[in-house]
Amino acid sequence: MSSASPSLSRQDVAKVALLSRLALSERELDHLTGELSKIVGFVSQLADVDTSAVEPLAHPLDAQNVFRDDVVTPSLARESVLRSAPRHDGESFLVPAVLGETGAA
Amino acid sequence: MPPDPLQLSAVELVHAVRSGDLTAVACTEAFLARIERTNGALNAFLAVDREGALARAAEIDARRRSGEPLGPLAGLPVGVKDALCTADLPTTCASKMLAGYRPPYDAEVVARLRRADAVIVGKTNMDEFAMGGSNENSAFGPVANPWDTSRAPGGSSGGSAACVAADMAPVAIGSDTGGSIRQPAGLCGITGLKPTYGRVSRRGLVAFASSLDQIGPMARSAADCALVLEAIAGHDPGDSTSLRDEVPSYTRALDKPLTGLRIGRVPEHFAAGLDPEVARGVDEAFAVFRQLGATVHDVRLPHAHHGIPTYYLIAPCEASSNLARYDGAHYGYRAEPGKDRDPAAFESPLVEMYCRSRAEGFGPEVKRRIMLGTYALSAGYYDAYYAKALRVRRLIRQDYLDAFQTVDLIGGPVSATAAFPLGEKTGDPLAMYLVDMYTVTANLAGIGGISFPCGFTAGGLPIGFQLQGPALAESLLLNATDRFQSLTDWHRRRPPLAV
Repeated sequence: MSSASPSLSRQDVAKVALLSRLALSERELDHLTGELSKIVGFVSQLADVDTSAVEPLAHPLDAQNVFRDDVVTPSLARESVLRSAPRHDGESFLVPAVLGETGAA
Repeated sequence: MPPDPLQLSAVELVHAVRSGDLTAVACTEAFLARIERTNGALNAFLAVDREGALARAAEIDARRRSGEPLGPLAGLPVGVKDALCTADLPTTCASKMLAGYRPPYDAEVVARLRRADAVIVGKTNMDEFAMGGSNENSAFGPVANPWDTSRAPGGSSGGSAACVAADMAPVAIGSDTGGSIRQPAGLCGITGLKPTYGRVSRRGLVAFASSLDQIGPMARSAADCALVLEAIAGHDPGDSTSLRDEVPSYTRALDKPLTGLRIGRVPEHFAAGLDPEVARGVDEAFAVFRQLGATVHDVRLPHAHHGIPTYYLIAPCEASSNLARYDGAHYGYRAEPGKDRDPAAFESPLVEMYCRSRAEGFGPEVKRRIMLGTYALSAGYYDAYYAKALRVRRLIRQDYLDAFQTVDLIGGPVSATAAFPLGEKTGDPLAMYLVDMYTVTANLAGIGGISFPCGFTAGGLPIGFQLQGPALAESLLLNATDRFQSLTDWHRRRPPLAV
């Protein structure tokens, strides 16, 4: 990151939208190109902070991994989970075809 | 004649129900009636559970009559932020993405409230997915500030703050990722506590930024917050980040004298940008603490001014990952295939379904943050943005560790101004991000903070004071606030709501 104010192109924003799995309208892409450039310019001020001797802190506490015995414990009933699914067949979630053009659920 | 429930504190209400002076049903009825009269003007509740709440209250009364022991929140009406899962009530996070969603389980905090015999009266409005500082990002309309309905209540727990300020419930549950309990509490003239990260289980809290999110109580006083925190705090095997430290009795530590307490004051907090009326209210609060026997010392937090840019990298990065779960497949909104679809635009029908569902289900601020986080985490930018922010985060935390070597608590403003007009900041995302400048650093450092009213502007709007403490200093935060409230009556004022 350089101190120079970065700027996102419309293509950059379209690529990020695809990575984000967001089908944005042309108008949204226009808006976000300006807004994100402004916000990224703002957060880029961190480049001026000297962190050469500082380790990243991903978690505020001294986190440790938590282990438990590998035993079966009760889990949610399948019906209670499928109840909220937009489409299901009583056993599985139904989604459109993963490959190609056919068989949309 | 039984007491008017609306005039009692939470502590008094529970006492009245347990002793039989007031039935839980009468108490619940009184608050439900108040909600019915007031919610149209404020939009603080997204769902009200009249039937469930009254059934629960009747069951509590029956148990009392048969001599069974009652829990520590017996009969206490509670509003729960719609970011917490409730199996018997919709949980929407104020998003079209989750409209009508019924979770298959209760959040741990909701389960603990029920076990303590609280009565959940409904789910409170909020900024969509807790992203915002004014409650204007709700997909179901903004909340109005009870002190002036043309102004914002703050956010993201704006519905919880407004519901307590307007006596629609004596206490409410909020969540705080960058100030979302403390800032609306400050703007609505109530008391709100963000506990230390991990003090309260996050299981069943719809995840926004998992290294920052924390649930806490919002009420009219520190004593009422202490009562609720005692019931919801503590280790939960279902949240691997929840702390194993024992939960002390917060209620019993409230009246300890403050003699010798050292409170830090950060001179930079009073720099340009802080409204002069707010500055005066905050300085008068320091004077009250001196009267209570505390001493006030200048302390430095040299990296605190990097808090907002640091937060607006870390929180969106975590959000972009957390919100990947809204895929239109498992629960929530799914878009129908569009008529105008261009098969070439998507690699498969599945990807098209993902992209359309998310684009139609999320509101503008949520999309903005997902985009920002995805950008900052993408190849070539990760080190420059995300990793850089994590390094500055360590510096911000170290500032606090150093400061707490010389003082016990740090005091200052919650927000730079009192409640701002609805619509004032909606066109400028960066201006909205700055409303959390005094609160985000506590989340980045993982420490606790409390906000409470310390005066009013000439225009009649509450001014908030914030205390921050070292990790697990909730007892001291509540004790100091309770002592402040024993000498002042700002927290007893009620908005002149015409309903």
